[in-house]
Amino acid sequence: MSKTTARKKTGIVDTMKKYQFMFEELVKRDFKQRYKRSILGMAWSILSPLMTLLVMRVIFTEFLGKDIPHYTIYLFSGNIVMSYFRESTRNGMRSLTSNAKIFTKINVPKYLFLLSKNVSALVNFGLTLIVYFAFCGIDHIRFTPKMFLLVYPSICLLITCIGIGAILSAMYVFFEDTSYLYDVVLTLLNYMSAIFYSVDSLSKNLQTAFLFNPVYVYIKYFRVIVIDGIIPSPAYHLLCLFFPVFYLSIGMFIYKKYNTQFLYYL
Amino acid sequence: MSNETAIKCEHVSIRYITGDFKSIGLKEYVIRRLTGNYHVKEFWADKDVTFTLNKGDMLGIIGSNGAGKSTLLKAVTGIMVPTGGKITVHGNIAALLELGSGFDGDMTVRENTYLRGALLGYTRKFLDEKYDEIIRFAELEDFQDYMFKQLSSGMKSRLAFSIACLVHPDILILDEVLSVGDGAFRKKSGAKMQEIIHGGVTAILVSHVMPQVRELCTKILWLDHGKQICFTDDVQHTCDAYEEFLARGKKAKVPRKQEQIDAYAEAYQKRLADQEAKKEKEKETGMYQTV
Repeated sequence: MSKTTARKKTGIVDTMKKYQFMFEELVKRDFKQRYKRSILGMAWSILSPLMTLLVMRVIFTEFLGKDIPHYTIYLFSGNIVMSYFRESTRNGMRSLTSNAKIFTKINVPKYLFLLSKNVSALVNFGLTLIVYFAFCGIDHIRFTPKMFLLVYPSICLLITCIGIGAILSAMYVFFEDTSYLYDVVLTLLNYMSAIFYSVDSLSKNLQTAFLFNPVYVYIKYFRVIVIDGIIPSPAYHLLCLFFPVFYLSIGMFIYKKYNTQFLYYL
Repeated sequence: MSNETAIKCEHVSIRYITGDFKSIGLKEYVIRRLTGNYHVKEFWADKDVTFTLNKGDMLGIIGSNGAGKSTLLKAVTGIMVPTGGKITVHGNIAALLELGSGFDGDMTVRENTYLRGALLGYTRKFLDEKYDEIIRFAELEDFQDYMFKQLSSGMKSRLAFSIACLVHPDILILDEVLSVGDGAFRKKSGAKMQEIIHGGVTAILVSHVMPQVRELCTKILWLDHGKQICFTDDVQHTCDAYEEFLARGKKAKVPRKQEQIDAYAEAYQKRLADQEAKKEKEKETGMYQTV
């Protein structure tokens, strides 16, 4: 009968099978919490970015958008990536604290909470992407098979968000003010990601500095494919790959190291 | 009962970190680190606890509040990792700790049942089969589609208990949850618990209800402020000593040696005998008066 010992190492497939049902139920819960089971809740997640887009379009077109072709799509690309990043990392940050009552009583893998929050943010991103492509049609953008490549930055972005969410969720357990500080970071990031302006007029050095910002890098990928119809260079693809690897490694390291210590702080 | 080991706890110590780090925040933390003004206090919730349980044993853990009972249970379930020592567990564990928390108020009873079941490690198939049974046992047939927050607290704990008691574990851990709810349900849940316990599981029970401990347990572990006073299968004797220790209040000296435990137990028996005699006497005088 002694088939399971206290901390037995099992394969990743076994683990996934074991926790699949649990994960599904967590995802369901996060969806219900998010949309509060109303149609309006679902519609709001599309309406809200549209309203942001409208306001930006009205205000910035005169000042900043004159020399940028397809400025609406230019703005929209920036908005959807930024708002996905914002929502996903913010939710990720709260994934541990909001489930503290569960994992301090029942022995479950804590990363499931983080992943489940990311799934609901990703689905929301998918919804806004549909609207995005509808606008591409309205704005006379030519649809090409190249657009399928957008899956690549989307996956990179997803994993980057998981990594950053892991780091933030751990920090939020240890420090209460993490959420305020992160809001400041997000506001800065919003201005530093060239969402409504173009970096072309900036100095070369400054333009390079933008490439340290994952949000900007993925926004640019979207724009290059959709507006310019060009496939980015292999080097750029490598750069896209750097962020998920980097942030996920840090996040996993932190979870491994502090996995048993979260309990003391909750 | 076989002599197979179910749980082996060797010199287990668990350290908590306390201090004001929870509330100071990142900015304050950085400043305090820089000025060298950052202090954390250590606190040993359990210190050098050793015991072994064989299959079918029923262990009672006794001790006053803050003795480290719940912490020890968390270490056994794997929620916590001991700072020192080693715990080996053979078989799968189910823990019923403070049942009521961790539900989602904005989800229905049905949804919460599935979520909790999933968290406890049940499969979907199992829950599909047992769902009606759970609801019937919790007596919530008419409330299945109510929001969880609309339930009364009694209903909440009834549901929590009904979901949790479906487990068929090799090892069962009970933290003061032998019975919940109002009179009728308390009886039912108590009976259900007995049924599980007598099903041959190895169990650990934390309880402040001494008659319960005396009745159910085959071994006993006495903790005081994280230190192990004794671990023995002499349940009645140790319970005697513990009750005497409690009766003497705060000033009572914590027993360190077996002789001191024996002394406490003896005093308890003596007190019991005195009370008995007193009652007898009262009865006699009473009878005398009525006559």
